[in-house]
Amino acid sequence: MIDSKSWDWETSEKVIEFDDWKNKFKWVEEPYASPDGEKIAAVVNVDEGEFNVCVNGETWENTFDKVWYLRFSPDGRLTALISEMGEWTLAVDGTPWEDKYGYAWNTMFSSDGKNIAVAVQQDMKYSMAVNGIAWKQTYPNMTNYTLSSDGSKTAASVQVGEFDSGEIHKFQEGAYTAALDGKAWDTKFVNVWNMAISPDGKSLAAEVRLNLYDYTIAVNGKPWDKTYTSVWEPIFHPENNTVVAPVRVEGKWAMAEDNKLIWDRRFVQLWNQVFSPDGKKLAAVVAPSYGKWTVAIDGIPWKVTFRDLVTDLAFSSDGERLAAVAKEGETWKIVVDGKVWNNTFDMAWKPVFSPDNQYVASRVEKKGKYTVVLNDRVWSHKCEAAWDPVFSPDGNKILFRTIENGNYYRRIMPVTELAG
Amino acid sequence: MHDVYNFVSGPLVWVAFIVFIAGSLYRVISLIMLVNKKEKFIFDYMSFKYSLRSIIRWSIPFATVNWRKHPVLTVVTFAFHICLIVAPLFILAHSVLIDESWNISWWSFSDTIGDIMTVIVIAGSIFFLIRRVVLPEVKFVTSASDYVILAIVAAPFITGFIAYHQWFAYPNMMIFHIISGEIMLMAIPFTRLRHMLLSPFTRAYMGSEFGGVRHSKDW
Amino acid sequence: MSEPAKKEQEKVVDQGIDVGIARLTEDKIKHTINSVIKVETGARLKAYVETCIHCGLCSEACHYYLSQGNDPKFSPVGKVKQTMWEMLKKKGKVSPEFMRRAVEIAHTECNLCKRCAQYCPFGIDIAYIMTVVRRIIHKLGITPLYIQDTAHSHSVTMNQMWVKDDEWPDTLQWQEEEAQAEIPTLRIPLEKEGADIMYSVIAPEPKFQAQLIYQAAVIMDVAGVNWTMPATPGWDNSDMAMFTGDNELMGRLKRSHFETAARLKVKKIVMGECGHAFRSVYDMGNRWLGWKMPPIPIVHAIEFYYELLKAGKIKIAKKYATPVTLHDPCNVVRGGGLEEKARYVAHAICEEVIEMHPNREHNYCCCAGGGVINCGPPYKMKRIKGNKVKADQLFRAKTDGAETLITPCHNCHSGLHDIVTHYEIGMDIKFFGDIIYEAMEKPGAIDG
Repeated sequence: MIDSKSWDWETSEKVIEFDDWKNKFKWVEEPYASPDGEKIAAVVNVDEGEFNVCVNGETWENTFDKVWYLRFSPDGRLTALISEMGEWTLAVDGTPWEDKYGYAWNTMFSSDGKNIAVAVQQDMKYSMAVNGIAWKQTYPNMTNYTLSSDGSKTAASVQVGEFDSGEIHKFQEGAYTAALDGKAWDTKFVNVWNMAISPDGKSLAAEVRLNLYDYTIAVNGKPWDKTYTSVWEPIFHPENNTVVAPVRVEGKWAMAEDNKLIWDRRFVQLWNQVFSPDGKKLAAVVAPSYGKWTVAIDGIPWKVTFRDLVTDLAFSSDGERLAAVAKEGETWKIVVDGKVWNNTFDMAWKPVFSPDNQYVASRVEKKGKYTVVLNDRVWSHKCEAAWDPVFSPDGNKILFRTIENGNYYRRIMPVTELAG
Repeated sequence: MHDVYNFVSGPLVWVAFIVFIAGSLYRVISLIMLVNKKEKFIFDYMSFKYSLRSIIRWSIPFATVNWRKHPVLTVVTFAFHICLIVAPLFILAHSVLIDESWNISWWSFSDTIGDIMTVIVIAGSIFFLIRRVVLPEVKFVTSASDYVILAIVAAPFITGFIAYHQWFAYPNMMIFHIISGEIMLMAIPFTRLRHMLLSPFTRAYMGSEFGGVRHSKDW
Repeated sequence: MSEPAKKEQEKVVDQGIDVGIARLTEDKIKHTINSVIKVETGARLKAYVETCIHCGLCSEACHYYLSQGNDPKFSPVGKVKQTMWEMLKKKGKVSPEFMRRAVEIAHTECNLCKRCAQYCPFGIDIAYIMTVVRRIIHKLGITPLYIQDTAHSHSVTMNQMWVKDDEWPDTLQWQEEEAQAEIPTLRIPLEKEGADIMYSVIAPEPKFQAQLIYQAAVIMDVAGVNWTMPATPGWDNSDMAMFTGDNELMGRLKRSHFETAARLKVKKIVMGECGHAFRSVYDMGNRWLGWKMPPIPIVHAIEFYYELLKAGKIKIAKKYATPVTLHDPCNVVRGGGLEEKARYVAHAICEEVIEMHPNREHNYCCCAGGGVINCGPPYKMKRIKGNKVKADQLFRAKTDGAETLITPCHNCHSGLHDIVTHYEIGMDIKFFGDIIYEAMEKPGAIDG
């Protein structure tokens, strides 16, 4: 996690002009604000086929043939996928990695932002590259890229068997497996999908299909001995390395931990499971009955249900509270501990808990204007853009990052001012 | 002879009605329970408005493309089904029976109308029989059971018609008539005659899907 | 998707079926049929089979039946008789040869267009019964090769055409660059979180018909739409798993599609001119996942163009002059009620629209949909011969003056191309997008 103690939590307002960038460049793409709010950046088009990145009004030193997927690393470094002379790589704060590739994409960051990984393709061979260093091994195809939380390990589904288009029976013998840091498992599967790396970095668990019909979870290449008619993505317990995944049993979904069903209830749907930081609670998005969606904690669903969608589960740091985003019709809602906020929105982003877990804040949008809502109180500013609010480490202040009237604002406000 | 007549017109009537009603209830309830058990999602799509829209549309002659494509069949099938249901209920002789048995005065139409309706059902049965034998697309999907159910339906009307006109041995014919009517009733829940019970449900479901989800017409 | 032109083989050789059939035992067939019917079906199948009075009134709904000289083997109920009735009657005790014929019927003699459901007095859904047969076929491992290969592609790449993860954004960037030669400021915004619309397509577009993405980007750009396309798997809305009866894979694909849209925080998904994909996201895949309706609204291109034209967001500089006729695709018309919106669009962009008959929800099928064209070259001639009635219908429209055939669906497009070519009808086939792109005002364009 990012240590935000060193950030400026005192200056109440900083302004950076943004709209005038449009006069300097042919076009300015959608902006991104740095996690600490000190920087605003966007991809800009300088001339035909010439792109750059503008940060706080200053461009990077060099232009590129193409720049895309501009994202701040959690530690505040600014990254983008760039191409020069038909080759692609990642640029960090304007400096491209030394190694260039046929294509590079899917930037991922470790939670502290120190490690950055991308998927790369060179001469139709695929691998992952971390901080500019690619795996030794390459594969003819690769998908489902995964980075461990600390960024020390990468993994992906890789093709290890050969088959031509149309060779369906060869395909059905199994041509795929998972690779951790480039090293493929020995076992081949028909399919390998979403995967997770254990907190200690030693284990890799993945959804696998053994043939066209039998699904299970494989851990370090070894499939669970029971198969299911389907499974969803596995996750690791943060403390004890067990693997938890939804599995389909007799037409309904159940939660399995190391191949044992752990929740009494079965659901019409069950996915996006997440552990509380201490691992004591397990929550997931569930459909207790057809067309009704909610959150279940340790198998017990909230009473309130929603017609369309429940997403963006967020545990408080002590694991006692849980917030989520829900949608019904065109209305997006924030739900905290099973209670729906009165304010509704046209869009809502993943809620954020304050360090003391007393406050929940979320970026929201209504009628094209963005703002922040905190404990169901809507901030009065109507902004052209907004980023997720950030609480100060002591929980007393909140950082707003917005664009209003063409200017980028970094504001620090006491939480109580908005909470009332 | 009297014993037989008393039996078929007494206890057997009760048996027939009980089998018909209980069997029909069983069919419908078990179907709904099966939906509840295995395809519960269907309830979420059922729409009263669109169910009715579909059922009514298909209950009107020439109101659907396919009815218009087959004018003769449409006339025959509507006449046949209406007479099949209405005639037994309001034929004078049945009305008299009801009056005699339970002292309930029951509306009835004249013998002539009853006679005409009976002829329509018989003629309809012949039409369907010929259709089954002659039209390749019908013949291809026809099995023995299709002839059997057609016979089950036609029998009470043929025997009733003969009995009414007293052409052959009347007492025997009456017994045949009563028995065949009872067979028909009892057959409804247990043969494909149960389309009488189930078709409103299939129609309603298709109507709901087409109206409520697909925003289209199912006719 | 179109398929390579290839002479029809005398006897159909299909490794998918042949190898699969060779591995079957009667026991396995029996067990599989009974388990699918017992475990996976319920009141619908029971009611449909028990209610059917064998009247044959569905026959004339079917283009195969009408095209094959009213051969009863091709009538909807005739197909049920040759498959599901037998399976039920014999309690699953059918032979491998019976199953081979069942594959032919369910996969290459029925487009699941549901026209017959509109002709059955009882509303029996024969397309549903055929999907149950296909489910059994899937479980037995005897699905035709080409469509099975497509399902494999879906399983690995989450798209229909083995498009690799890097090839997708690379193609979009290439099309963006191409389009910038025409409109220098045009963008195909990738991964733009919070856009109003996610635009999704089927994989044949990046693979073979990238100009369709170009055209869509021009339309979006001119209309000033706040849109995005994902750079990750989940961009493809197509779904052959739905047609092979691999429901689990269908669910996986649709989850990936909807979760991609949810991740991008868009309000709607606008999809290109594809029919089966609409069916898959609108009332098949979403249902398997437990969503009563799509969790994020799906707007088919027809409806999207209708909205843009109606709101004046795109203006027509010069209407398309050649007389056109409009083919109503089953999945968006019978399955989505878009027939009047399609006509609004057609009239807004074309000088003259000549109706073919029958039309709207009673239009004849293209004979390509339902996964039939995806079974590949071995069945091409069967598909063409199975739709002579379509050729006749198009001839009549041509006699009435139509020279261009608009069909807002990929499968229809490819299927009708084969019909038009084989029967020498001599009609141009176009998407709405082709004509809009040609006819619209492009204020930012270099030549405009």
